[in-house]
Amino acid sequence: MISLSASEIVDTEMVGKASRERIAIRVQDVHLTYRTSLQKNPTLKSAIVRLGRRERIIREVKALQGVSFDVEHGKVMGVIGSNGAGKSTLMRTVAGILPPTSGRIEVNGRVSTLLALGVGFNSALSGRENVTLGGLAAGLTRAEITEKYEEIAAFAELEDFMDMPMRTYSSGMYSRLAFAVAVHMDPDILIIDEALSAGDAHFKKKASDKMAELVAKAHTMLVVSHALGTIKELCDEAIWLHKGKLVGRGTPDEMITAYTKFLQVGEDSIVLEDF
Amino acid sequence: MSSARTSAGGDEYLGEHHVYEPHRAGLPPVGPYFREVWRRRGFAFELARTTMHAQNTDTVFGQLWLVINPLLLAGVYYLLISVLQGGRSTAADFATLTSGLFLFYYITGSMQAGATAVTQGGRLILNTSFPKMLLPLSTVYTAFRRYLPTLAVYLVIHALTIKHFTLSMLWLVPILVLATVMSLGLANLFATLQVYFRDTSSFLPYFIRIWLYLSPVLWTVDKLRSAKSGLHHTLYVWSPINPVFGILGAQGEAVIDGHRPGWGVLAFGAGWSVVLFVVGAWVFMSRERDFAVRL
Repeated sequence: MISLSASEIVDTEMVGKASRERIAIRVQDVHLTYRTSLQKNPTLKSAIVRLGRRERIIREVKALQGVSFDVEHGKVMGVIGSNGAGKSTLMRTVAGILPPTSGRIEVNGRVSTLLALGVGFNSALSGRENVTLGGLAAGLTRAEITEKYEEIAAFAELEDFMDMPMRTYSSGMYSRLAFAVAVHMDPDILIIDEALSAGDAHFKKKASDKMAELVAKAHTMLVVSHALGTIKELCDEAIWLHKGKLVGRGTPDEMITAYTKFLQVGEDSIVLEDF
Repeated sequence: MSSARTSAGGDEYLGEHHVYEPHRAGLPPVGPYFREVWRRRGFAFELARTTMHAQNTDTVFGQLWLVINPLLLAGVYYLLISVLQGGRSTAADFATLTSGLFLFYYITGSMQAGATAVTQGGRLILNTSFPKMLLPLSTVYTAFRRYLPTLAVYLVIHALTIKHFTLSMLWLVPILVLATVMSLGLANLFATLQVYFRDTSSFLPYFIRIWLYLSPVLWTVDKLRSAKSGLHHTLYVWSPINPVFGILGAQGEAVIDGHRPGWGVLAFGAGWSVVLFVVGAWVFMSRERDFAVRL
């Protein structure tokens, strides 16, 4: 039986508070295993007609296996790895969307996400309505959304399209709005998954400048990108995931060198993928 | 099953300090969860408003359609029961039929719309951390907004057929509260089922049609009382276990008969509403964290 004295408890709380002030994201031995159906749309009809065939249509996926790392406030952490490494799963776990099967994740600060699927709840609704709905779902008040709306609309440069159904948007317009929403939510921690190459050359430059501005303002970021040049340019540190496991952590240069060597594609590929 | 928790004074979804770790109970902390649902209720109402806007149900003709559709349905069923009764149906029977039918369709409409609330919210669920119960809550609110014009139409029918308004009609307010609580439970339950079995919403119209025939909407319990055997007798004996029996019975007594509903039917209505709400909410909340990997 372990017991703590009152002073020890106070000490523990103070240490916790001090580390909370320093650490923005702490991921401790996180495992994430989920069961997924091999069927695209599981139905009651197929479940009934399959009865007795003893055919397994549920597969267990070990998406993350014992991942641990932490990110200090104001630092930009890059996440690299090949397809299926668990990068997007890790982003969603840190954002609180996917629950860990074991382990612990601690996040200190308001999180804004720009994940691969982007903004947009209902394509029948206008950009304006989707921004409002997304903001309300994320917990912002209507006043806060109204205050930020003009800024978002101006940044996305969608003009009249903001009041048109999102099904009329091109994929570039869609990504521009998603980027504009994520960076204007005043997050303490910004989680970006493969979404930096939004829009045309003009918007890419604008997005790149905005990212640099956020980095300069000491925002904490978790960035997933296959564009290794972006990782090199933006990040203070990088981690490398492979098949759900953390295989390396270090400076972006070290990790990119190790990763490209592993892939045997050479450093030239960095330039090809970059914006 | 895992859940998030936060430090004291924190906020699971938006606060300054979030902790996500597994816990075995299956349910997230219930108190903070419902507080968060209440705090973000604006999202559910805005979603309902924009959905109605997208479906043009907030225009004059959209509202008119909301009234014409159930009226036509009531007309069809009135014709059906008149034929089956050998033309002995009265105008008062039409009022009884419409009041029951409109309330029945409020409950089952919530259930039907609730069934697709989560599966249609895919992108938002995959990208944002928020209490997902706001989605079925929004569909129930939409169904309530659609029910209101039909209630106004019923009052006109009531004025033309029953011809008297009594104070007992105020019982309609608590009856509607019970119907809403039951609708929330059913919407949560079927929203969860739809995630696991995507054809649930395809089976629902058949289920609802059978439920309608077994409920005291097209017939009244009084008319079955004299039956000593057969289907009518079976329906008479077993109708109290029908979840909508209490609510429809209480509405009939308050609105058509013009007196305070009996405590028995009210107790049945309240009991089923609470049971269905608790079961629906429990099933939804315990499976909610699974939704992101199932969509």
